[in-house]
Amino acid sequence: MSEHAGVQSDLPKPRIGTMKAALVLVAAAAILGFPFAVDNYTLHLAILSAIAVIAASSLNLVMGYVGKLSLGHAAFFGIGAYTSALLSVSAGVPSWLAMLAAAPVTAFSALLIGPIVLWLRGAYFIIVTLSFSMVLQLVIINWVDFTNGPMGILGIAYPSIGSFEFSSKASYFYLVAAGAVVTIWCIRRLMQSRTGRAFEALRENENVAMSIGVSKLHYSLLAFCIAAGFAGFAGALYAHYVSVITPEMFGFDVMVGMLVMVAVGGKGTLSGPVIGAILVTFVPEQLRLVKEFRLSIFGIVLMLSVVLMPNGIASLGPTLRGYWERWRRS
Amino acid sequence: MDLFAQLLTNGIIIGATYALIAIGLTLIFGMMRVINFAHGEFYMLGAYVALSAATEFNLGYFVALPVAVVLIAVVGFVFERVFLRPLRNADILSTALVTIGLSIFFQNTALVIWGPKPGQIVDPFGGTTVMVGDIGVTAIRLFALAVAVAAMVALGLLIKYTKIGRMMRATFQDRDAAALQGIEVDRVFSLSFVVGVAFAALAGALLSAVFVVSPDMGNMANLKSFAVVILGGLGNIPGAVAGGFLLGLAESFGAGYISTGYKDGISFLLLIIVLLIRPYGLFGREGSEA
Repeated sequence: MSEHAGVQSDLPKPRIGTMKAALVLVAAAAILGFPFAVDNYTLHLAILSAIAVIAASSLNLVMGYVGKLSLGHAAFFGIGAYTSALLSVSAGVPSWLAMLAAAPVTAFSALLIGPIVLWLRGAYFIIVTLSFSMVLQLVIINWVDFTNGPMGILGIAYPSIGSFEFSSKASYFYLVAAGAVVTIWCIRRLMQSRTGRAFEALRENENVAMSIGVSKLHYSLLAFCIAAGFAGFAGALYAHYVSVITPEMFGFDVMVGMLVMVAVGGKGTLSGPVIGAILVTFVPEQLRLVKEFRLSIFGIVLMLSVVLMPNGIASLGPTLRGYWERWRRS
Repeated sequence: MDLFAQLLTNGIIIGATYALIAIGLTLIFGMMRVINFAHGEFYMLGAYVALSAATEFNLGYFVALPVAVVLIAVVGFVFERVFLRPLRNADILSTALVTIGLSIFFQNTALVIWGPKPGQIVDPFGGTTVMVGDIGVTAIRLFALAVAVAAMVALGLLIKYTKIGRMMRATFQDRDAAALQGIEVDRVFSLSFVVGVAFAALAGALLSAVFVVSPDMGNMANLKSFAVVILGGLGNIPGAVAGGFLLGLAESFGAGYISTGYKDGISFLLLIIVLLIRPYGLFGREGSEA
């Protein structure tokens, strides 16, 4: 597991420390230089994939680390988007404040839903979380006075700090990239903590975890709320970037997108959702050549990747390293 | 009173098709522990194959029905062999993802083949209405109800009285113990999947003369059959039948007396309420939720 490798690299080994610092510098330089190296369309996709990285990483927290497959996670993405959009468009709150409010509001909504669904197991949990998001979508569509119904919310403004507005693609890219880095860092710290170990204990064996004093409801609710908060944050970033949101955000398609990112990338790893989010955002665009068969091919690729790489792309690294080690020793 | 009777008959007829779709889903889950997210798409394909057979190949509705069911069963058989068998011991997430991939593939491919324009088979009874007491029901709906009920009874008899039915029940109770008794579990799984998707295809084919057919019709069918299956308890076939009729009636009366805007939400609300009170479904036994 790559997390264990992460823990070890925190030990005071100066050589690895320098390498790590160098890697961080290279990554930072790559992010800073990226908008200057690519065209506008690629930058647009990069912004969407950075938002997807946040959303997929948050889903991974529940699905990969705590081991509960929530099909309602897209709803939290939608709740965050609607919270921020309604606050800024209908209530006139400054955009940046509305975006900051999205995360805690979404986490709070998870606190309300969590206790109802989290004690369900297996298939029941999967289907009921899906149902919750569908009910929410219907409410958003039908509560026209509050949400503007199927027409959605238009004219969501870019955030601004002082007189600086994040209206250019490059500036928004820096914003979402910073958001993605902070999210991944937070999840990494969380998973190295006592709480993170409790999450993984619940995934590995619920009964054993409970017998050593890990409260199932307490920890799974905590993970559920934290994940919802990050998803809500991603939703707010998305809403203020595209400036128009509709009830489609709560749809099953959005959920499937996130799910594929985590599963194909590799659930329960830090890098998996990142790889998955970037691939799922960029690869379908390359399939434009086959036009109408795009989604058909996507479906087949998804089926094949589950059968051939059940643990995702992130698991290929350690597997290949194992082969390499064995080959070198022989 | 008239309205009540009308809503009641509508609810029963819709409920029968919900039950038909849900039986397949619950059979597949109960046997294989697979949540078939492509179930609605098998239903959709059943409708389209029937539509094409009836209109483009001029076979007529009554020949198109078995043609659609058999063709979709073959598709289901191939899919089970190629994608589900390698995942026999995988967790529920992997099989869910494979069926999600299949549903994306089917939905988009149907869109490419048949286009986004909805279609419908011309009513083979020419819109004849049969009077049941005071209320009129179209003959095609009564026919659909009759076929649905016949199919359910046939499945019930198969499971209860035949050798293969005994093998299915044994596998349902304990896969490993059944395998130790010499039951070829792989064949039982294969059969369960094929029968399950054939039921969905039958429902689609039957309804292709009642409702319009469109490539995304599987989405709602999926969500509703999930609700029905949970209402009845996962893997519980009589429960799925009862859940199907319950949902059909609840929707019919909900739309008639409360609001049509939330009609599709009734299934989910019903589901959430039931799970709060009886998390293993209305007819499930405790401990069957894993």
